[in-house]
Amino acid sequence: MNTVAAIFKKEFASYFISPIAYVFIIVFLVGTNFMYFQPFFLINQADMRNYFGLLPWVFLFFVPAITMRGWAEEKKSKTMELLLTWPVSDTEVVLGKFLASLAFLATAVALSATIPITLFIIGNPDPGPIVGGYAGALLMGAAYLAIGLWVSSHTENQIVAFILAWVAMFALMIIGHPVVTLKIPSALVPLFSNLGLFTHFESIGRGVIDSRDVMYYLSMTGIFLFLNTQSLGRRKSE
Amino acid sequence: MNEKTGRLMLEVRGLNKRFGQVHAVNNLNFEVRRGEVFGFLGPNGAGKSTTMRIITCFIPPTSGSVLVDGMDTAEQDLAVRRRIGYLPESTPLYSDMTVREYLAFVGQVRSLRGEKLKARMDEMFSVCALTAMADRQIGKLSKGYRQRVGLAQAMIHDPDLLILDEPMSGLDPNQIIEIRNLIKKFGEEKTVIYCSHILSEVSATCDRILIIKDGRIVATGTPDDLTSGHKGGSRYTLRIKGDKEPIKSTFSSMGGVSGIDIESAQEGWFNARINTEIKDDIGELIFNRVVQNGWALSELRRDQTSLEEVFTELTGGRQ
Repeated sequence: MNTVAAIFKKEFASYFISPIAYVFIIVFLVGTNFMYFQPFFLINQADMRNYFGLLPWVFLFFVPAITMRGWAEEKKSKTMELLLTWPVSDTEVVLGKFLASLAFLATAVALSATIPITLFIIGNPDPGPIVGGYAGALLMGAAYLAIGLWVSSHTENQIVAFILAWVAMFALMIIGHPVVTLKIPSALVPLFSNLGLFTHFESIGRGVIDSRDVMYYLSMTGIFLFLNTQSLGRRKSE
Repeated sequence: MNEKTGRLMLEVRGLNKRFGQVHAVNNLNFEVRRGEVFGFLGPNGAGKSTTMRIITCFIPPTSGSVLVDGMDTAEQDLAVRRRIGYLPESTPLYSDMTVREYLAFVGQVRSLRGEKLKARMDEMFSVCALTAMADRQIGKLSKGYRQRVGLAQAMIHDPDLLILDEPMSGLDPNQIIEIRNLIKKFGEEKTVIYCSHILSEVSATCDRILIIKDGRIVATGTPDDLTSGHKGGSRYTLRIKGDKEPIKSTFSSMGGVSGIDIESAQEGWFNARINTEIKDDIGELIFNRVVQNGWALSELRRDQTSLEEVFTELTGGRQ
């Protein structure tokens, strides 16, 4: 566990060494705040449903930007050869990298706390859905991050990692969306909408935490982290 | 250097590695004992780096086994990796970290903590002469300093087996001497495997050498074994004063001489090169002939076959 902590620390710090991280956080905060507050006084409701409704789409761009470096950089600069000959198991390395990316995402999301603080100052919102929404956002973010890191382990080009992660996430989101579910045989609809990343966030966005949604996000995260350890292992049979 | 009594540190048994059609490592067998500096030599693409990657558990072999200190890399890979310090060929480092941050990170990954970690880091700073660079970003260091950071990284946990893949590339002559001394000192108690295609380096540093080509062993032994044992003959260089034709005929008729080459130098002196095909030293006989004929001699030298020649011959002169 100590090695996971060492890798976590190093990875988390490395996000903040380059200015790109700050740029992304600022774009994320400005973008979400702008989109949320623009119709805010028209709607005139002190809740965050609209904000959480935006998040899956914002994450679609924000998360691949976080994860694209993950493995692609290690592969390109060949540091992977050293990293994987140190006495660390593949699981520990994957876990360290994943937790660091989750901590980075959580930092960005936590900085959006200006929104609930504003709401509490000017109105009287129900805290339950807001807390639930944030918890759900992290769960969904974890699944996105696991997918992004897994994609990053297949290429040494960061741009390719970004685009492929975007495509993978978009595909997983869209299969549960009415755009797809209205056009497929009705027998397949439950399967597709249950697999969709998006579907499961709808109730969370409303502040309802259903154990099925939690299980869905946790298992998506687990599956892709496992796939990630396997794709590291693939070098072994090259 | 108690080569015979030293504990077996590395055993490579019937090692094979294929990448698709390419047979990168072909039935390698060798062993390295504690207290040896072992040179692993071969032209580019001979399978050196692949072999090192297998030993360090980065890739598994297609068949065969590697035992490090008696432990199989396939079964106890974490324990094996704990005992090995490895510097890969291109010296990959995290260029956005400072030297201090980087060594602290490697130390932590290698389970060093607190005082122990600090003591090891300080030792690495002084051993690798990195103190002045401790707070510089690695990406901004010169090649020589990067190389030293790579070495520090490989030695921070005081490994039993140190594997260096082309450690001298990009270093200037002074740095090469420093690093060579470092390796020799380390190799007195521990084991070093030193991969290179620079022969003079290997012969200056290593106790024992293995030469591979196309994934196969072509020769193994001490540097002296390889140079003297391989070819029987040697070459004598003379600077001699006398008449050209008698000199030529006298030496050509000597037993064991396979060829002679004479060029005139200034003022009646000649440079002669005599090649022999026997193992015995005929220097005394040459000198006697010179005296009998009343010639003058200002130089007589026996050149043994150099490691370069052995290498070029064994590896098919692809260099």
